[in-house]
Amino acid sequence: MIEIDKVTKSYRERVVVDSLSLTVGAGELCVLLGSSGCGKSTTLRMINRLIPTDSGSIRVGGEDVTLVPAEALRRRIGYAIQSIGLFPHWTVEDNIATLPRLLKWREPRVRDRVSELLELFRLDAPSYRGKYPHQLSGGEQQRVGVARALAADPELLLMDEPFAAVDPITRDALQGELAHIHRATGKTIVFVTHDIEEALRLATVIAIMDSGQIVQLGAPLDILERPANDFVRDFVGRQGLGLKLLSVRKVSDRLRRGETAEGEPLALDASLGEALSAMTARRTDRLPVCDAEGRQIGVIALADLVR
Amino acid sequence: MTLIRNQVLFTLVIASVAAVAASGFVAYAPNRLISGKPIALWEAASLPLTIIIVLIGALLLAMCFAAPSRSLHYAEAGLAAALLLLVLVAAGEAANTLAVGAKPAVRISLGAAFWVLVSCAALAVVDALQRLGAGPITRVLAVAAICAGAALLAAAGTFEGLSIAREYATRRQLFADALVRHMALVAGSVGPAIVIGFPLGVAAARNPPLQGPLFAVLNVLQTIPSIALFGLLIVPLAALATAVPQLAAVGVGGIGVAPAIVALVLYALLPVVRNTSTGLSGVDAAVIEAGRGMGLTRLQIFRQVELPLALPVLLAGLRIVTVQAIGLAVVAALIGAGGLGTFVFEGLGQYAVDLVLLGALPAIFLALAADFVLQTLAAVLRRRMAP
Repeated sequence: MIEIDKVTKSYRERVVVDSLSLTVGAGELCVLLGSSGCGKSTTLRMINRLIPTDSGSIRVGGEDVTLVPAEALRRRIGYAIQSIGLFPHWTVEDNIATLPRLLKWREPRVRDRVSELLELFRLDAPSYRGKYPHQLSGGEQQRVGVARALAADPELLLMDEPFAAVDPITRDALQGELAHIHRATGKTIVFVTHDIEEALRLATVIAIMDSGQIVQLGAPLDILERPANDFVRDFVGRQGLGLKLLSVRKVSDRLRRGETAEGEPLALDASLGEALSAMTARRTDRLPVCDAEGRQIGVIALADLVR
Repeated sequence: MTLIRNQVLFTLVIASVAAVAASGFVAYAPNRLISGKPIALWEAASLPLTIIIVLIGALLLAMCFAAPSRSLHYAEAGLAAALLLLVLVAAGEAANTLAVGAKPAVRISLGAAFWVLVSCAALAVVDALQRLGAGPITRVLAVAAICAGAALLAAAGTFEGLSIAREYATRRQLFADALVRHMALVAGSVGPAIVIGFPLGVAAARNPPLQGPLFAVLNVLQTIPSIALFGLLIVPLAALATAVPQLAAVGVGGIGVAPAIVALVLYALLPVVRNTSTGLSGVDAAVIEAGRGMGLTRLQIFRQVELPLALPVLLAGLRIVTVQAIGLAVVAALIGAGGLGTFVFEGLGQYAVDLVLLGALPAIFLALAADFVLQTLAAVLRRRMAP
């Protein structure tokens, strides 16, 4: 979907992105993870040409981005940012409809799309479409911001620390919604964050960046189990590593099929962290596990968590 | 002071009472050159009218102590508006009564108590509307009602005995011409100032290093006293007219309309440029970034996002410039540009205060009207800026 090939960007002698190469497959949720100033935002903004590259090439869907007019390129790519940037003088509906209207969709189709997106983010369409941004909470504004980015059904979604400015509870809910949307739509997403927990929760693939380069590229579990060097080891954190591992591994990896246990069952795709949390809360060392249809298919036991 | 619930209204009532007690409501002079003898309200106006005015004053005073409520503020606005119109009636009535049987040279002019009463009543209306949190529509209706009342009184001949109306009566055509010329001067300078200033403001917002030198020049222009600027322009424009006879043929010269327009445009530039630049710079950078990220073109962002968001500030600039131009255009009469200033300077030369007022009052009224209209427009736009 995205092929970044030896891209470099510097500002007055200072190299921000240094001969970076990265390929993101269709349907991946790739998180660019790093501390501030590592070049992750710059990399993201070069994909939709908000920032021009100095050298190297970027292809989206096999097409060199510099060969398309910048505006046409951006209309194919959703873009959501931390400060959201909703148009304060437009209603929620007008904000979400910006791109569909620019693309001359028929008005009934625009309205349907707005309703569909508001429902997707669990906002009641009839009451929310006419509101102005200042009437929304921070979390609601960010939901509208992401809905606006998805409005014209882009092939690719770029997100620059979209949840960094909201409170932890709202952030948790928004992450859940994004994970759900990613699973449901299969869109390719590039997501910039400095928050390791957020990266582990959302990513199918993580690119850890430092000084404009990718230090390690891999699945969340890979990064935790086999850090490439001390920088990555420090970044993912030596303390609490075990808990992070539990949060990434799934119940399905450690399932004892056929056995049974009492109590409220866990979902097959729940993390081992959630399993541990449930066991602690219910003072038990065995929990039943059910599949997507709700049938009990096995058990997860405390001893399996640490195997 | 917790006893007094509305201190603004209280102050206005006390000021009015003091003015009525201490100074003349109208002034009586045997001719226009002699300063008049002050006549108090109760001597000038008929007894019933005086009683009604005093009663309204007493009611308003009582309201200062009442618990605030919406109906109270409506009553305040209504009473103050009625008081304003009744004071106008009283002045007209006084003049008409005093003029009966007097020589034609006799002049009845408006006294200090009249001006204080009218101003305080108007301010009380404004205060009540403010407390009501009145929207643009209510404000427009209130102002329209008061203006309609005053216009009806004028049409009924209420003010004919007043000296200012006498001055007007002898100069009807001149007055109409001066008023039109005055508005033409204002429109003729505000228009070009926007055409020149708006692009400069946009350039300054886009290119901050430009702001230093640009604002330095415009600030210097703004600090030159208007009479000095009019004077300074005489020489270059006269020279220009001599050098290019075609320009002289269309009226460009050292005196007249041309230097007036040039000076007014120069004065108007700073507010136009500054407000355009601040208005556009004030638009949240994140909003523009989001617009670019979605694939809006520069022009689309400018027209659909930056301009509407900056519009209240742009309109504030237009308001400043218009009010300022209406005032400065009065001075332009000194260099032969015509307008309402003609009466002001003619009156000053003859020591005829009423003639000065014939020029000054309409200019003040024009400025207030322009201010009100543009402020209302800005309020409406701020409320709803739909795409």
